[in-house]
Amino acid sequence: MTLLDRSIVELGRGLRTGEFSSVELTESALADTRTVDGELGAFLRTTAEAAMAQAAKADRQLAEDTGNRSPLLGIPVAYKDVLCTKGVETTAGSRILTGFIPPYSATAIERMEAAGAVGLGKLNCDEFAMGSSNENSAFQTTRNPWATDRVPGGSSGGSAVAVAARMVSAALGTDTGGSIRLPASFCGVVGVKPSYGRVSRYGLIAFASSLDQVGPLTKTVEDAALVLEVIAGLDARDSTSSSAPLGDLRGALKAGVSGLRVGIPKEYLSMEIEPGVRDVFDISVSRLEAAGARLSEVSLPSTEYALAAYYVIAPAEVSSNLARMDGVRFGPGFGSAPNLMAAYESARHLGFGPEVRRRIALGTYVLSSGYYDAYYLRAQKVRTLVSQDFEQVFKEVDCLISPTAPTTAFRIGERLADPLAMYATDLLTLPANLAGVSGMSVPAGFAGGLPVGLQVLAPYMGEATCFQVAATIEEMAQIWQIRPAGHANLESPV
Amino acid sequence: MTSIWEPVIGLEVHAQLLTASKMFCGCRAQYLGMAPNSNTCPVCLGLPGTLPVINQVAVQLTIRTALALNCEIPEFSKFDRKNYFYPDLPKGYQISQFDLPLSLNGLLEFEVEGRLVRAGITRVHLEEDAGTLHHAGEIQNASFSLVDLNRAGVPLMEIVGEPDLRHPVEAPAYLAALRRTLIYLGVNDGNMEDGSLRCDANVSLRRTGASELGAKVEVKNMNSFRSIQRALDFEVARQTELLDQGQSVAQETRGWSELEQVTVSQRSKEEAQEYRYFPEPDLPPLVISRAYVAELRAALPELPMATRRRLREQYALSEEQARLISETALDAAYFESVVAAGAPPAAAANWQVQNLQALCNAAHISVSGCPVRPELLAELITMVVTDQVSGAVAKEVLAEVFETGARPSAVVLARGLGQVSDTAELERLVAEALAANQKASADYQGGNDRALGSLVGAVMALSRGKANPKAVGQLLRDRLPRK
Repeated sequence: MTLLDRSIVELGRGLRTGEFSSVELTESALADTRTVDGELGAFLRTTAEAAMAQAAKADRQLAEDTGNRSPLLGIPVAYKDVLCTKGVETTAGSRILTGFIPPYSATAIERMEAAGAVGLGKLNCDEFAMGSSNENSAFQTTRNPWATDRVPGGSSGGSAVAVAARMVSAALGTDTGGSIRLPASFCGVVGVKPSYGRVSRYGLIAFASSLDQVGPLTKTVEDAALVLEVIAGLDARDSTSSSAPLGDLRGALKAGVSGLRVGIPKEYLSMEIEPGVRDVFDISVSRLEAAGARLSEVSLPSTEYALAAYYVIAPAEVSSNLARMDGVRFGPGFGSAPNLMAAYESARHLGFGPEVRRRIALGTYVLSSGYYDAYYLRAQKVRTLVSQDFEQVFKEVDCLISPTAPTTAFRIGERLADPLAMYATDLLTLPANLAGVSGMSVPAGFAGGLPVGLQVLAPYMGEATCFQVAATIEEMAQIWQIRPAGHANLESPV
Repeated sequence: MTSIWEPVIGLEVHAQLLTASKMFCGCRAQYLGMAPNSNTCPVCLGLPGTLPVINQVAVQLTIRTALALNCEIPEFSKFDRKNYFYPDLPKGYQISQFDLPLSLNGLLEFEVEGRLVRAGITRVHLEEDAGTLHHAGEIQNASFSLVDLNRAGVPLMEIVGEPDLRHPVEAPAYLAALRRTLIYLGVNDGNMEDGSLRCDANVSLRRTGASELGAKVEVKNMNSFRSIQRALDFEVARQTELLDQGQSVAQETRGWSELEQVTVSQRSKEEAQEYRYFPEPDLPPLVISRAYVAELRAALPELPMATRRRLREQYALSEEQARLISETALDAAYFESVVAAGAPPAAAANWQVQNLQALCNAAHISVSGCPVRPELLAELITMVVTDQVSGAVAKEVLAEVFETGARPSAVVLARGLGQVSDTAELERLVAEALAANQKASADYQGGNDRALGSLVGAVMALSRGKANPKAVGQLLRDRLPRK
């Protein structure tokens, strides 16, 4: 047991009663980043000095009772490396941003810091958040704490591992097609993809601007609510952020699901789903029914086209968003080049990994004149259909439930040779990004000793419903306290 | 000589907007004279993770311009990304507008050689300016180039004209009329030298009377009205020669070389950029309410053509006077203030466009901003009209008022320049002049009228300009009765 086995509320109680200090908590967490993380590789860099200063400040605030009642005061957290941190190198897992020290912090991080959270450092991820396994990081392999020969999922793999291995209480990740929910599922933690616009994207190094959202990864559903309350809300620096009220998340945690209409999308369940995952899903569904939820099968008929549309729209935005990484102002540079274009080509070839280059090429192609209508425009039409599917189905039910991923964590290297197999990992998660609705993954059980997460989807700006259902699943599964102890031990806890 | 080829010309004008801040961040829009890269922030530097926020004033000024140019303002508009790599473009794309601009289908009226021309405006849209590059020497063989991003992100309005111009001489006239309108609206400073107003031209030739267009050449790098005229004259001659020889004109982009007075090929059609436009996902679409458009329309000032017409009719000014006085809204307002302060319109117009304008030009200041406030000019003109000072003296007084801003009456008093109409004093001067000019006296009395003029001049000289010439003439005639 470590202190960080406890939930944020429990830690807050310990801090406020003087059972331990934030400095002690932070020291213990930092020690884990040096030991436990040596094998797991979640952190790209730690900011120990700043963390200790922040912890000491939190202790003063706790002692003086200065009125900062934020539940995050003094709590150790960490941030995915696509989120800019003022004065701290931020690479987005890419060589081309080596040495980039932003003069500003992401709004979500500013809000965490203002709440008194103690940031321990920056977490590994797939390069520019492009990937489903964390294997596309330019810097290091991050391993799944439940089985270190397996991937943690991606792209917020470092975030999921840091929480699952109890190095931090919460991590911020980003989700463009499932990048929070998938690693949350693979690592047995809670992950929230808020509605598009719920959390400011300012300071998030863009992957696909119309799909990206920042969200929390935590051990418990309640912890996730506490973090989301801090980071959500309108930001004058992000014109796509929304002022829609978040609703009563804490109330939703206790509301139960009696009478709630829960839809099971038949298109999601008709996909090839690993039997162990299917078992966890079926058990959870019957538990929800027992708790009073009204389950029904529903249809999202455009689902089969969502993946294709996603892999047109996201790369199109990538090709433009990543154009600023031209090797002139940051990155390893281009040495000597005969002309300007050669300089750009050289810098970008040296700076970007193969998956990023693939998506830039794809995006450049689909936006080219002569192909725009056939690809980009058509994909946007499909996107509209996918959105309409959700609008329609949310007239019939309050939320949807499905497995988060068709499988549990796969082995490192297993899907690297086959990009299409890798892309299919996100089949169940990416429609929510296309539609901008709220989503969440919550641990519901194990299959073959590996965690299985269930995905709850609710309408745009309907996070409270996600939390309502997720809290019930969590309560009935009774597994959040199970930690990946001795992470090579794969005896199934269920 | 009439050619069988008819030029078809359309202008694309870029105008930096006179906003306080840049298009998508809080940096200053006025960057001239600032140390390189000092007028920048993470947003206009295009640093990773930063996002644009629309400058509402820039949208307002663009719609204001579009309304003045008789454009339609659609309810729905959006920004798009124009993607290309260049070191002066920090994000690797320019935020611009592609298929749904802020305005469409306008009209600009202007005069060329006394003839009224109506040219269509295709669209007025909003985008951001790029930075500037400083090459070490000529761009072709520079060993390095320095990037200055002070200008990056400055609000830039693009006014695309229909290919409605039929002669190179119409291009500078169109641009002058447009420039005047922009200055009237207070949206742009009209400075072509500093590049806050820039102009490119599309030029093609077709057989006179034909309806289809010929291959289009885009001409760039024209930095003055004169270079526009010369570049287009050259380009029309070049294309005419090609077509006369049975050759075809290549669709391309050409640059005007001020040094060699020729256009030079810069980029062929095959090398044309692929901009991969797509909707800017970082910005929500713009919804322009009808009420807002109505509000902006109601707030439009009188525009140059209308002012000119009104000045001519209301104050019975000549076409030339009306044109000169309506050059800027401030000039026109100045004139009307002078009249309101009591000066007769004709005299006010003459004094403003002749005497005062000359002083202002020499001092590189505007009439409206000069120390001669309208009421001061009105006072001076009134003194001339009521014979308190002569015209010659009044010019001297104006020069002093221009320097000091003092009241003309005070200057006249202090320097003793008041016109002498006192008969006794004039009698004395007349007697002195007659004594000194006996031949002229005799000539006049002998029937030579012109001799009277030289006698008046002599009296004026003796009075150092202060004598009232009319009174002097009368006295002389009384003293020199003709037989």
